[in-house]
Amino acid sequence: MNEHTVKSYEEELALLDKKIAQMGGLAEQLLGKALDALERRDPKLAEEVVMADRMIDNLEREIEEQVISMVARRQPMADDLRHIMGALRITTDLERIGDLAKNIAKRSLAIADESHPKPLMSGIRHMVELALHQLKEVLDAYAERDADKALSVWRNDAQIDAMYNSLFRELLTYMMEDPRNIGISTHLLFGAKNVERVGDHTTNIAETVHFLVRGFNIADDRPKDDQTSSTLISSS
Amino acid sequence: MNDQQRSFTMTLGDSAVAAAAQTAIFEPKVTSRKVCVFYGDKQALFDVNLDIPDQSVMALIGPSGCGKSTYLRCLNRMNETIPGCRVTGEIKVDGRDIHDPELDVVELRGRVGMVFQKPNPFPKSIFDNIAYGPRIHGLARSKTDLEQIVMTSLEKAGLLNEVKDRIHEPGTGLSGGQQQRLCIARAIAVNPELILMDEPCSALDPIATAKIEELIDELKSNYCIIMVTHSMQQAARVSQRTAFFHLGVLVEEGATAEIFTNPKERRTQDYITGRFG
Repeated sequence: MNEHTVKSYEEELALLDKKIAQMGGLAEQLLGKALDALERRDPKLAEEVVMADRMIDNLEREIEEQVISMVARRQPMADDLRHIMGALRITTDLERIGDLAKNIAKRSLAIADESHPKPLMSGIRHMVELALHQLKEVLDAYAERDADKALSVWRNDAQIDAMYNSLFRELLTYMMEDPRNIGISTHLLFGAKNVERVGDHTTNIAETVHFLVRGFNIADDRPKDDQTSSTLISSS
Repeated sequence: MNDQQRSFTMTLGDSAVAAAAQTAIFEPKVTSRKVCVFYGDKQALFDVNLDIPDQSVMALIGPSGCGKSTYLRCLNRMNETIPGCRVTGEIKVDGRDIHDPELDVVELRGRVGMVFQKPNPFPKSIFDNIAYGPRIHGLARSKTDLEQIVMTSLEKAGLLNEVKDRIHEPGTGLSGGQQQRLCIARAIAVNPELILMDEPCSALDPIATAKIEELIDELKSNYCIIMVTHSMQQAARVSQRTAFFHLGVLVEEGATAEIFTNPKERRTQDYITGRFG
């Protein structure tokens, strides 16, 4: 694509992408660390996650301010407009991902004294790994303006949902086996739900990238596979 | 909508569907087919095919020398007044060929009003500026009739309240924005069907510009307005459809919302985003 005649406009757009990349990198780190904190029940690491989330929040504010200023001063059109509005939407999703990671990390403090059911932990780990892979892919899709890659991220979210469904059932079973497990299981359940939400925000980003590149929204309905809101496990 | 159309639109995004629907529904007021314009040996416009709907604003955009004003001047056959200028192709207003030898060009220009970049009131009173057209076209049967036309035109142009106490003072004594609205009043006094505007706001401040834009917005429910503008923002604000010209070629035409958010042509994209070298 040709460069803008006004160089400073070009620079501002590049700066926007740089900040999104930085924010995305931080969100990835945060989610990884949140999982480590949960697994190791490490309050110090959890504290680090909480602190790092503030950096994400600050970046979100910076991006928002830059977008408002660019809309007012540059009056962007066509792909520039989609680029700038897309950045605004993506930054909101990344900020939410940061919050969700922070919430996971905080749970490590609550369950610090409880014994860990290893298989359940590995279930969450798998979910996080997949969510991180998805997040990385969608950030690449944004950086490379690759609508097909975004579309494949969008479709793959079903895997995270499927993992969440099976983890949900496992945790319910575990709680029924012994009421003493209810505390930790509930925390892990919320943790898993948070990872599932990270997947949803990643999907939002994928939709934004698709719109930004192609100029129209993805037409199909996304396969939504989170069935936990209607799942019951009978105790009999 | 039949099943085939439905399945087609389902695969498009919402905005694309809206644009497609808009393209399909209108009955054109003006149709142009293979319009070419030559200034001597130099060709200024190449095979322009463009349909323009009634009761809406069509914005013509493009860099200087792209042919947008040339196209505009084809619509009231003003290019014919330029020595060495030749127009080929077909232009119809309401299905009637404007190059039909039996058509009276003066009558045509009565149906097509024009507003220029710089306000150009006649060195006459405000009243006479507006009364001039109806007089030469014989539109008023009596003095009261003429007064009625002048007052209505001033009101439609949003100028009546500002000038009603000095209607017999010179039109040139008004501010730039008022003069431009006077020219619009003069254009609509002959009850035209088309109003052509060639950069009507480029000599005005933002407040006078806003007033003209508000006026255009009101006028569009009764007229077919075609406007050349260098301000992309203005085209985006006031028009329903936009046509982009470049080097004498109509590159792209479509619903304004579509052109400014998701143009189909790379050249349109480059121009409206400021990437033209």
